[in-house]
Amino acid sequence: MFFDLSSLQPVTQVFGSLFVLLLVATLVSFMLSRSKPQTDYSELTQRINSWWIMMGVFALSLYMGPMVTILMFAMLSFIALKEYFSMTPTRLVDRRVLFWAYLTIPLQYYFISIGWYGMFIIFIPVYAFLFIPFRMVLAGETKNYLRAVGNIHWGLMLTVFTLSHLAYLVVLPNEAEVKNLMVSGSGAALLLYLVLLTQLNDVSQYVWGKLFGKNKIAPAISPNKTREGLIGGVLTTGLLAMALAETLTPMLWWHGLLVGLGIGMAGFIGDVSLSAIKRDIGIKDCGQLIPGHGGILDRLDSLTFTAPLFFHVIRYCYY
Amino acid sequence: MNMINRALRWFFFAIIIKPIVKLVIGLRYQNKPILPEDGPALIIANHNSHLDTMVLISLLPLKVLHKVQPVAAADYFLKNKFIAWFALNIIGILPIERQSERQTRSPVEQCAEALKKGKILIFFPEGSRGHPETMSELKYGVVKLAEQCPQVPIYPIYMHGLGKSLPKGDALLVPFFCDVVFSEPMHFQPNLFEQVKARFEQMQSSVKLPKWD
Repeated sequence: MFFDLSSLQPVTQVFGSLFVLLLVATLVSFMLSRSKPQTDYSELTQRINSWWIMMGVFALSLYMGPMVTILMFAMLSFIALKEYFSMTPTRLVDRRVLFWAYLTIPLQYYFISIGWYGMFIIFIPVYAFLFIPFRMVLAGETKNYLRAVGNIHWGLMLTVFTLSHLAYLVVLPNEAEVKNLMVSGSGAALLLYLVLLTQLNDVSQYVWGKLFGKNKIAPAISPNKTREGLIGGVLTTGLLAMALAETLTPMLWWHGLLVGLGIGMAGFIGDVSLSAIKRDIGIKDCGQLIPGHGGILDRLDSLTFTAPLFFHVIRYCYY
Repeated sequence: MNMINRALRWFFFAIIIKPIVKLVIGLRYQNKPILPEDGPALIIANHNSHLDTMVLISLLPLKVLHKVQPVAAADYFLKNKFIAWFALNIIGILPIERQSERQTRSPVEQCAEALKKGKILIFFPEGSRGHPETMSELKYGVVKLAEQCPQVPIYPIYMHGLGKSLPKGDALLVPFFCDVVFSEPMHFQPNLFEQVKARFEQMQSSVKLPKWD
């Protein structure tokens, strides 16, 4: 054979296939807009173009090593938290409290970079969550105090704590166990596995819902979510998780199936819980940062629930 | 000396201000940017924060930086020697006397002169910085200026979020996204004042984001 695929590292094999998949999608959308010029495909094209950029950023972090990945996710947390604070109501007296909230990002990611697991896991939900109400008491305003505390805490939870689990995946494996970054069970491989499954779960729930969706699950929160979409999506994700388990992770195939079903469910919950926030505020998207996808939180919503779940299963059972 | 100031100004915006505006604050455009490519042009915007001028200058390409002049109050920015040097040479303000007893020339004439030299003026029609996310009454100066230079296109821009990032009287920058709304350029016409008002109301209503509680 001209080019031996099996000689590539697992991460490169999987990432390469994604690259080919996106290339095919780009060609198809190009041909669609060529053959039917009267139909508007601009959103599809926008979406695909944004996927190219997201793939590029993700590739950069996968191949540049753990420190670049940690920096990239710190940046992502920052943009997501900024988006969150820009869309939720905040009190003028809490301006400086919000500044402290931003400061948790460098600290949290620093703890990850030195692999201090104990601090990583309690820093936000214990110390930050105690410090922020204390700092707000010093400001002296009690009107809407509880609502403001809840708002800031949930923002930190979603955009800093949960997303930072993605970054911890790359420092999770013991270096003695996994010397090469690109082999199965390495940090890069785990990260690719989780992000790939979560994103494809979103897509497959959408496709199953479009094709067979009838029974709405939570019409008041997200009218497009149907039982058929959820079941089809979760099963698809489970099967894909099973297929990739032994290539990318230390799991057996049937462990992969179970974890995949869990990722499918958690992804759904993450998606609708952000939808509930958006409904509450009265907006459709968190922003326009990623053309065709909305804001950065609209793209990361499912990961906020899948990341901690996957991380703890993997850490508890395998490392 | 002039060359040095010009180089300093370029570095200040290229190395410090543009990265801060793009990374720390972050801009979100509501629709495609509509901006002047060359002078003379008049940019009018709402005013909440010292960041406003920085964001508006950052929107423009660096190659027209030497033509950009924010119109600013002389009594505020020329108080102290260092600030005056910085405001005049680095920010590049066109200083205007607000109190009529100190005026040697009318502010409108000063602005019109700059436009005739091909400058891109940044003009805040509300006068001074108001409260975050509330527009104060427009002043009539912008109409008088447009009347003097009917050929010069007027670019209305609405910004939201900067009054939260850096409100009046605060020195600590807290990042919030800045939403920028652009609008088609306008020209002088008899009812310009009402037109400008309507334009700003329309742009303001396209941003559905929370105010401070």
